[in-house]
Amino acid sequence: MSMLVSLIAVFGLVAVSYMMELVGLHTVLGIIIPYTAVLVFLGGFTYRIIDWARSPVPFKIPTTCGQQESLSWIKHNKLESPSTTGQVMARMFLEVFFFRSLFRNTKTDATEGPRLLYTSDKFLWLGGIVFHWTFLVIVLRHFRLFVEPVPGFVHLLESVDGFIQLTLPTFYMTDMVIVLVVTYLFIRRVVIPQVKYISLAADFFPLLLILAIALTGILMRYILKVNIVGVKELVHGLFALSPVIPDNLGSTAYIFYIHLFLVSSLLVYFPFSKLMHMGGVFMSPTRNLPNDSRKHRHINPWNDPNIKPHSYEAYEDDFRKVMKSVGLPLEKDVDGEEEGEK
Amino acid sequence: MVKTPKPKELTENLLEKPNLLRGDQPKQSWMETPVEFKPGTYCHAAKPKVLEGLGFPNPREWQPGDDDWQLPDGWEETILKGFQERLKKFRSFKLYMDICVRCGACADKCHFFLGSGDPKNMPVLRAELVRSIYRGEFKTAGKILGSIAGGRKMTIGVLKEWFMYFHQCTQCRRCSVFCPYGIDTAEITMMAREMMSLVGANINWIMEPVSNCNRTGNHLGLQPHAFVSSIRSLCEDIEEITGVSIDVPFNKKGAEILFITPSADAFAMPGIYTMMGYLLLFKHIGLDYTMSTYASEGGNFGSFTNNETMKMLNAKMYAEAKRLGVKWILGGECGHMWRVVHQYMDTMNGPADFLELPKSPITGTVFSNAASTKMVHIAEFTADLIKHGKLKLDPSRNDHWHTTWHDSCNTARGMGLLEEPRYVLQNVVNKFHEMPENTIREQTFCCGSGTGLNTDEFMEVRMKGGLPRANAVKYVMEKHDVNLLSCVCAIDRATLSSLVQYWVPGMEVSGLHELVGNALVFEGEKWPRAMDLREDEPYDYEEPEEEPEAEAPAEATEEGGEGDV
Repeated sequence: MSMLVSLIAVFGLVAVSYMMELVGLHTVLGIIIPYTAVLVFLGGFTYRIIDWARSPVPFKIPTTCGQQESLSWIKHNKLESPSTTGQVMARMFLEVFFFRSLFRNTKTDATEGPRLLYTSDKFLWLGGIVFHWTFLVIVLRHFRLFVEPVPGFVHLLESVDGFIQLTLPTFYMTDMVIVLVVTYLFIRRVVIPQVKYISLAADFFPLLLILAIALTGILMRYILKVNIVGVKELVHGLFALSPVIPDNLGSTAYIFYIHLFLVSSLLVYFPFSKLMHMGGVFMSPTRNLPNDSRKHRHINPWNDPNIKPHSYEAYEDDFRKVMKSVGLPLEKDVDGEEEGEK
Repeated sequence: MVKTPKPKELTENLLEKPNLLRGDQPKQSWMETPVEFKPGTYCHAAKPKVLEGLGFPNPREWQPGDDDWQLPDGWEETILKGFQERLKKFRSFKLYMDICVRCGACADKCHFFLGSGDPKNMPVLRAELVRSIYRGEFKTAGKILGSIAGGRKMTIGVLKEWFMYFHQCTQCRRCSVFCPYGIDTAEITMMAREMMSLVGANINWIMEPVSNCNRTGNHLGLQPHAFVSSIRSLCEDIEEITGVSIDVPFNKKGAEILFITPSADAFAMPGIYTMMGYLLLFKHIGLDYTMSTYASEGGNFGSFTNNETMKMLNAKMYAEAKRLGVKWILGGECGHMWRVVHQYMDTMNGPADFLELPKSPITGTVFSNAASTKMVHIAEFTADLIKHGKLKLDPSRNDHWHTTWHDSCNTARGMGLLEEPRYVLQNVVNKFHEMPENTIREQTFCCGSGTGLNTDEFMEVRMKGGLPRANAVKYVMEKHDVNLLSCVCAIDRATLSSLVQYWVPGMEVSGLHELVGNALVFEGEKWPRAMDLREDEPYDYEEPEEEPEAEAPAEATEEGGEGDV
């Protein structure tokens, strides 16, 4: 059901943009929607981050995945149980860029006995890391279209990515990889029973949308061959804040507008979805805090000073007689007289 | 009394009935699957007098199996208001409502899921029980699209589901280790339990200890004289067994160190042997310490209820340290107590500026890692003593034990206390083997009964949840003849005993300092002994000659033996 809804939604987006192109709404498709999308993305993203940041972190709760810093001769695991800001940054770096926690993943099976078996399972990690890095490379490659002159890192990326010179224009490996990896991520959602059971439309939709973006991009580049000069003109115009609609995109311009519309859809959807994990991963208190809570006091802004324990005095009032019977020292003696220090 | 199914039945349940862990997809979507309260799968509701005494809302006679939970009018509003309040107070909660991508990495990491196969015990789905309300009540898409957007409304069915499944999470944080964003179900469970407290959906096994602890100072409600008598009778046992005479100071002003441990160590098996170990250790090094009857509970069942109650109960530690004028606090073996002490205490009830930087009076070691909280874990303290050769130890006195080490969830994943206890253990025993690596250290498995779920009426779920731990124990028992599961947690000591009796008969459970106590060599002690601290008779004992000679003290080893993994 949720899969079907997502599929219909993505097809819907394609259909809408195709029809808009047919009736010649090029200014809407090429200028108004992209600008709106970027504004929604930037504004929404910022709003979500600020909204999270407005909720304080009342307690220092890192999940410690290694030995704490304690006695000098016990080897401290600086990455998994960081105790300084620098060590936390190293932990976060590995989380954000290499998905270290996901790398630990295991798969559990129950067999006769019963016996539980744990085996290393790196597929999700591999799928995740390939997807994210590929996506990043593709986004960075697009800088060729965004600014003039083309930044140096783009040339580098292009030459590495286009190492296999199969086609004209140059074939980029990432184009194939992203289709494969998104397909993998989609299939595992459908095939692995546990993952299928928890999946929502909000899980299928972004995968299908990204797949559609990749496929339209591939069609546009290798098969329908939109005039790249026209594309550059349009995109440069957007970035230079002097938008133009070029008339030299060619007969297959529709595929470019669909691609652009889908990218705009992703930008609009992004801040309101789980895709915000991109910003959230930096803010998770179980990962971005040092394990030094006994060394440095963490402040909770809403800590209530009026919460007091049941006092010793009240306790002694309740139990004075029995306390005396076992010889416990008292603040006040049974007959009510102050008793000196024992 | 609820009848607990036999291990055979639970095994069949796991291996032969349809089970999501083994890949059988449930027919119904989880949102359409209502909860069913069968005896053995839920804890009894909190008694009205307990809630009244603590000033908690909606005290009444009821049970979770009742159709009518007797909730006050407008209870949904109360929950939703509490929900929004907590989103504003806890970034963890808000963030974890938003960023989960449902990748499924956590799904098979929870001991309750592994033992039961119940889909709602997958951490991701447990969290979705709350997230679906977040989306359905507070988010535009969820309000309009409902279940298509993964949203639903707060209903009695949802509350019952929360009650069932947030009392099937022990806040062990194992899922959080594997989550790429560190999403911690413990945070979500804490919030859900807080919200349930707002309408009186509490369990008695948590609330009664909270109430007792508040008034009498400990969970069982042992009054001061009973607490003192209990420890004194342990001292009598110690003297009988070892010939060492111990006088424990209580509520003593001006002592250097206040010692606080879970009260279970004072009266429950096998915790009492651990208590005997502490007392022998303190005697051995001539420590200037005191125990307190007012702060006679290290554990904090408030932390299983709400943060205010956690703070109120925890505040006794510093209050008593201040009243007695001690220099610092030494904490005994307990799991969740140390989660609270390590990650919450200083923030809630500090700064402890009336205490001094903890320094071992025996070795001079300064515990700079506890510079602000001023509270040291006894495994840290003892490891330091052994490292400096201050203890006379004869590990062969534990040769009747072949040990393995259970990392308690809270000390492992909420503190990082991994090597200290292993160092101590390997210096007081000769035989030690680790359990498989996916079941220890940061990947350790919960006993299945933490966070106040260690009650008898809940045995079926506890035995399911404890299966992964028991399974690893069984493995080392079969492979290496291990016969003792040692740990630093009072709840573990009690609950692992039931667990291994059920799944791994023949295995025993101990605290760390019980083994320290056995190994300590005293001047003028009774040796050879007729029995160990359990009053079992593992030693080659012959009636002593006229004048028994103390055995030459064995030197403490410098490095712990390597256990193979």
